[in-house]
Amino acid sequence: MKKLTFALAASAAAVLGFSSAASAADKTKVCYVYVGSHTDGGYSQAHDLGRQQVQKEFADKVETSYLENVPEGPDAERAIERLARSGCSLIFSTSFGFMDATVKVAAKFPKVKFEHATGYKSGPNLGTYNSRFYEGRYILGQIAAKTSKNHGAAYIASFPIPEVVMGINSFEQGARSIDPSFKLKVIWVNTWFDPGKEADAAKAMVDQGVDVITQHTDTTAPMQVAEQRNIHAFGQASDMIAAGPHAQLTAIVDTWGNYYVKRVKALLDGSWKAEQTWDGLKEGVLTMAPYTNMPDDVKKMAEETEAKIKSGELHPFTGPINKQDGTPWLKAGEKAEDGALLGMNFYIEGVDDKLPK
Amino acid sequence: MSMFEAILLTVITASTPLVIAAIGELVTERSGVLNLGVEGMMIMGAVAAFAGAQMSGSPYIGIVSGIAGGAIFSLLFAFLTLTLVANQVATGLALTLLGLGASGMIGESYVSIPGIRLGNIPIPLLSDIPVIGPVLFRQDLIFYLSIALVIGVNWFLFRSRAGLKLRAIGDSHGSAHALGIKVIRTRYLAVMFGGACAGLAGAQLSLVYTPQWVENMSAGRGWITLALVVFASWRPWRVFAGGYLFGAVTILQLHAQALGLGIPSQFLSMLPYAATIVVLVIISHNRRTTLMNTPASLGKAFVPER
Repeated sequence: MKKLTFALAASAAAVLGFSSAASAADKTKVCYVYVGSHTDGGYSQAHDLGRQQVQKEFADKVETSYLENVPEGPDAERAIERLARSGCSLIFSTSFGFMDATVKVAAKFPKVKFEHATGYKSGPNLGTYNSRFYEGRYILGQIAAKTSKNHGAAYIASFPIPEVVMGINSFEQGARSIDPSFKLKVIWVNTWFDPGKEADAAKAMVDQGVDVITQHTDTTAPMQVAEQRNIHAFGQASDMIAAGPHAQLTAIVDTWGNYYVKRVKALLDGSWKAEQTWDGLKEGVLTMAPYTNMPDDVKKMAEETEAKIKSGELHPFTGPINKQDGTPWLKAGEKAEDGALLGMNFYIEGVDDKLPK
Repeated sequence: MSMFEAILLTVITASTPLVIAAIGELVTERSGVLNLGVEGMMIMGAVAAFAGAQMSGSPYIGIVSGIAGGAIFSLLFAFLTLTLVANQVATGLALTLLGLGASGMIGESYVSIPGIRLGNIPIPLLSDIPVIGPVLFRQDLIFYLSIALVIGVNWFLFRSRAGLKLRAIGDSHGSAHALGIKVIRTRYLAVMFGGACAGLAGAQLSLVYTPQWVENMSAGRGWITLALVVFASWRPWRVFAGGYLFGAVTILQLHAQALGLGIPSQFLSMLPYAATIVVLVIISHNRRTTLMNTPASLGKAFVPER
């Protein structure tokens, strides 16, 4: 038994010695975990473009790698742990559903640094980062209110988590700022990624007379339906103009590259600390695709709103705002706090749906 | 076009790939081979069809290439399980994983390229009938093929000599072999037919349903077809009914949400699965006929005695 323990210790030491020697000679490893494929044309691809920017910027110092199609849940923990063991210095886990898995692995590997996107749990070696998607969705809502002929739009939504509910509310808030009678229908597909189902949802909404659709799912299928049925739609995560050259009004585009470069730079010069970052249009982690297929005055309005949000003059969630049932939420002039937004579990007035619990 | 027609059209698009892939798997399983790789063959068909259509500019070449893609891919399964007598369950699962990975690799350059949509072929006269005409007779080729497949397979299995032989092999490969029926050769053909159908279903996904290529775009439809075949107790018309029931409930639950009936969306999302299983179990509830329809040699390896 003693012999065995010794042999194990010796071999462990040998392995450790080898790996540290190897990593000293090697480049710093920065790793990514994606929920979809790196070419999904949407959310995960946007992260991968950011990774490529890091790779280009630090070509001689950093080696990036990624695991894709990692399911949210127990498998994620195994995947992230595998990366941590394989010598990654910094791991970006890029989906909300990886949160608990990332927290667990981060506790196990205190020397490895972690950053989790769109979550709210952090630790000494685990930071979070997020994008203020709702800023862009407010602009989408305004454009929808100007574009729709029947005072409404449909929102193809994935899961009733705060991030999605916040987006729905922000869209409605933008629309109401133009058209107080604007009704937003919400349709839950209970998946992030199923082109067929997303297309079915879009078709169902068009058949019910909706003429503007927006989505919080990952594929271009709804955009394609919009193009085929001659209605308008907004792109999600990536510019989807190729799928809807006549349909896309604009898209909220995730542009993580600058953020990733900043964080990897901090890692290299030793100044990396676990932080909770929530940037938006101003910092450029979120950009608007060109405003297309709309009259000039609508375009002008959208550009003005965008500028106001960037300058901080306009906060999409500024009172007076009532909850769906008419009870007051924010008083006139009051701005929603970040904490309230990140935990949002109710609809605001004008959303035509019952929030699934 | 009325709302009713619009809903029917959406239901048909959603159901067609399930029916096609399930009818192929039904033939495979009737020959006594359990191929769990439908998802993999379907996604290979989808990428092959998309690539074929892109390279040639014709969606019809895409269909042929999708069918070929599925059939050729299924040959791998046939070789491993029939010639090398590998475990069918494990090989089928491996085929799915391989298909999902390989299709992603093959399709990498096709991501976010606008697809080529398969056009509709109106049938003269019939397409002018109100309601039924626009829904059933102004469809694309793959829909017509799906109906032909169900009728054809039903005839083949229960009215033709070759179908009788195929079922005999599925029920008792030993006896069939003793009677001089070519067990391995027939099973090769049955597996390839299943692969071709899964490939055609994949072609429907990337040419009709959502004319584009994205990785994993089959999103679990292959698994649903496997369940359909079992719960339909290996009868073609029940597979057809099950496929359409699943498609109909999927679409109707989306409309129910849009109408704001206040039913929890999670419950509605579950409904297609629950409804299809319950209905198919009820119509197949006779234990004697179920037993009679179940291929007795399903999933068992066959090594001819020399």
